[in-house]
Amino acid sequence: MTPVNLPDPEQLAVRIMRGERAAVASGLNLLDNKLAEARNRSASLLASLSGERWLNDGHLIGVTGPPGAGKSSLVSAMIREWRLSGRTVGVLAVDPSSRPELGGGALLGDRIRIKNSSHDEGLFIRSLANRNQLGGVATEVWPMSWLMLACFDIVVIETVGVGQTEIDIAEIGDTVCYVAQPASGDTIQYLKSGIIEIPDIFAVNKSDLGAPARKTASEIGRSASRQDRREDWDYPVCLVSATMNTGIKPFHDHFDRHRKFLANAGLLDKLRIRHQSAWVMRLLKEEFGTFGLELAGGQTQIGQRLSENRFNQFEEYERMRKHILSRFFFGKPTEQSNQKGAS
Amino acid sequence: MATARKNRDQPWLMRTYSGHSSARASNALYRTNLAKGQTGLSVAFDLPTQTGYDADSPLARGEVGKVGVPISSIEDMDQLFDQIPLDQMNTSMTINATAAWLLSLYIGLAQRRGIDPTRLSGTTQNDIIKEYLSRGTYIYPPGPSMRLIADTINYTVKHVPKWNPTNICSYHLQEAGATPVQELAYALCTAMAVLDRVKASGEIAPDAFPQVVERISFFVNAGIRFIEECCKLRAFGEMWDELTLSRYQVADPKLRRFRYGVQVNSLGLTEPQPENNVQRIVLEMMSVVLSKRARARAIQLPAWNEAMGLPRPWDQQWALRMQQVMAFETDLLEYDDILDGSPVIAAKVRELIEGAKREIENVEAQGGIIAAIESGYIKRELVGSHMNRLRAIESGDLKIIGVNCFQETAESPLTLGSDGAIMKTDPAAEREQIERLQAHRKNRNDADVRAALQGLSDAARSGENIMPSSIRCALAGVSTGEWGDSLRAVFGEFRPPTGIDIAIDSREVLGKKDRVTDLRTRVASTGNALGRPLKLLVGKPGLDGHSNGAEQVAVKARDVGFEVVYDGIRLTPQQIAQAAQEEGVHMVGLSILSGSHMELVESVLQELRLRDLANVPVIAGGIIPREDADKLLALGARAVYTPKDFNLNAIMEDMVDVIRECNGLERFALRP
Repeated sequence: MTPVNLPDPEQLAVRIMRGERAAVASGLNLLDNKLAEARNRSASLLASLSGERWLNDGHLIGVTGPPGAGKSSLVSAMIREWRLSGRTVGVLAVDPSSRPELGGGALLGDRIRIKNSSHDEGLFIRSLANRNQLGGVATEVWPMSWLMLACFDIVVIETVGVGQTEIDIAEIGDTVCYVAQPASGDTIQYLKSGIIEIPDIFAVNKSDLGAPARKTASEIGRSASRQDRREDWDYPVCLVSATMNTGIKPFHDHFDRHRKFLANAGLLDKLRIRHQSAWVMRLLKEEFGTFGLELAGGQTQIGQRLSENRFNQFEEYERMRKHILSRFFFGKPTEQSNQKGAS
Repeated sequence: MATARKNRDQPWLMRTYSGHSSARASNALYRTNLAKGQTGLSVAFDLPTQTGYDADSPLARGEVGKVGVPISSIEDMDQLFDQIPLDQMNTSMTINATAAWLLSLYIGLAQRRGIDPTRLSGTTQNDIIKEYLSRGTYIYPPGPSMRLIADTINYTVKHVPKWNPTNICSYHLQEAGATPVQELAYALCTAMAVLDRVKASGEIAPDAFPQVVERISFFVNAGIRFIEECCKLRAFGEMWDELTLSRYQVADPKLRRFRYGVQVNSLGLTEPQPENNVQRIVLEMMSVVLSKRARARAIQLPAWNEAMGLPRPWDQQWALRMQQVMAFETDLLEYDDILDGSPVIAAKVRELIEGAKREIENVEAQGGIIAAIESGYIKRELVGSHMNRLRAIESGDLKIIGVNCFQETAESPLTLGSDGAIMKTDPAAEREQIERLQAHRKNRNDADVRAALQGLSDAARSGENIMPSSIRCALAGVSTGEWGDSLRAVFGEFRPPTGIDIAIDSREVLGKKDRVTDLRTRVASTGNALGRPLKLLVGKPGLDGHSNGAEQVAVKARDVGFEVVYDGIRLTPQQIAQAAQEEGVHMVGLSILSGSHMELVESVLQELRLRDLANVPVIAGGIIPREDADKLLALGARAVYTPKDFNLNAIMEDMVDVIRECNGLERFALRP
């Protein structure tokens, strides 16, 4: 018994792929919705949107870094460049929630920092609270970013970096960018923590500060080059200033270059397939727990099934959800299993 | 029977802050006010004029002629001062980001009328720092803004020597929550920043610098704690005297006098039992006239019904008569300083000075007031003070008669009239102003306009004083929006830290704990029933930049468990509806204090319907007369909150219920 009107997932998928803003908004609301029926429809929506095209199109970018590094202003400057070159941009901006005992609310202030003053139909910004979920990025972020990928050329996920977040964001983005704050303890900690292994592109913001910015850049440069990830990628470190609008163009060009690098090396689809598997597993675990995963045959078997249907892992996800749900209802076939797409 | 003594002091300049609808309507009002014994003019400009937009800009929609007079070009300035001799008038203009422009129009008009600008006297408010902190009509970043202020000072000291080019404002700091110590400290820090900037420009010879110091005047607030306020003004005088001597080596004590004008406090004026505001205003005036050594040079009083809407001519007359009774009927002006020698007063002044000095040192250690604004320090301090005040009102520790105590009242005959006891601006004013501006654009010489604007851009880039090229623009018929846009193109626009940025790391929770806990449960369980946490969009449509109310609501909503998207100020209805769609919010909260609520709320509702979001409830808060509130509810707004709704917890409870109703859920039971 729900007072909420939920959209039909297949019709919605068609409208989203046509790029209708209202449909994108409504799809994001659906993916955010935790009512049982909404979860069913979310799974159908993702399966309907999914396909081989999804493994090669668009560009998913993760931007992270310590609080106050100026990520939003930098994202705003990058959006200007993308929009100038005629590309559409979707943004998921994630801010922390207050602790549950303090009400669990959130002030989502990135929108005001990212948007430009003029009206722009080619830009779509959605703010999200991280809702204190264990392990950095809220589970909603990932399906939402895939939905946006179905209709925007560029999808940017912006999060405050606090350790675990970087690891999560690396399992979403094709390209991960770390924004460092000159002369900041956060960046030093970061250099020490080993998470430096993750980002593909580094930006040292507030380069107008001069010497401290150059020092931070050279420290990152030294640490970044020693890793063993991808031999043919150079892990650029850029000095930029979002407020003075300097260094943006060369910094911006690295994103296209990185995407080309991944595509040419045949890494892009592999990366996305791997990310999908990891997140499908995580979504199932979040909804049903370890016991649920066991009901679906355990992690190994789930992994096997996902890799067999790697061009539409969401289809497989939907099937496994139904299976687990039916097992939860003591093996009886339930209404859910016949309800796909019902409106 | 006692008779008035002959050796009375000259009274202060008496003004009324006014202007609305159009230059013609405002001119008529000014001439009436002068006939009633007002001795100076205080011009209120509308928000498009204050923020450098033309009347036909999309952002100006609903704002033209609302909080003041629209001035789009020199022709409007001419009409505003029709039959008013500029060389005999003392004109104060509440204008900041576009101060250099309005002053240029005034000087240009004087030149056109054959009046020597050296004979002009008056004041441009021209203090951008408090705009960043409170009032919100900033345009450009701090660097270029300070340069515009320095340019006007450098120009007027040489060419319009009787002009007060800047009025350092502590007024708005108090409205934003500042304590007397904070008011003292931040105003003096601002004055230092301005003087240092002028000095650094190198345009003034060192021996002429004391004349610059002499031209700095202040615009101060006076609240209901009138003894403390009186001491604050004595403290201001002592501190300014000391500062100008030690920091700027001004030898002549006459040039070190603390000169100030006053508008008494609006923050404490109430919507319930509004007649009580009369005694509040009179008591507040006492604090700035009582002490001869610290007496105001110019006073403007708010009207008793300011918390209800725009005052009528009769309300303004009443405010003027308060001043006249004080100046001409009482024996106040017959005595020397009556507080000199009082140990109680001296001790209080000392205490304020010591506190202010500590805070000044603190700000200076952070690199001065501009650095402290950019880092968010000052805003954080003000938000903290403001929250303390609100908490004290909610708990009853701070008593406000008719609001949180003695609420019993007979119906007031003052508010019974068919006009709802407030002034209505002319609804046709916006259309007429747009037509007037468009006709003006056709009538001017385009080549002159282009050349003048080019000269303005060149000066902005080269760093040459902005005034001569602005005066050329004025005479060529350039519009306010063209002037503003030319400088926007060179200087860029600025977004200072908001109360929201600051609140992110504060953990202040207002109100009684059990009530907050109960509220959180209501918010959470409603979110669960709807499938996701309650999400609220808070924004300010139009050009009004008073963001304190919106920020308080956003922070409170976060504290009770909402996910709040704060979208800031200067939004078009289209942007608000788009944000509501993209963000998937359960409710849109609008804050409007400029009087343009009818147009703006209606447009937002319309834009939401266009996006199929008619089911997303819209609530509005601001200075909204009851009659308008009823109309807004009829148009489709789901709730309207006005200054009488001071209890944020009650507002939050109501918001949750509105969301529940709009989603087919039962309202929660009323609190016992």
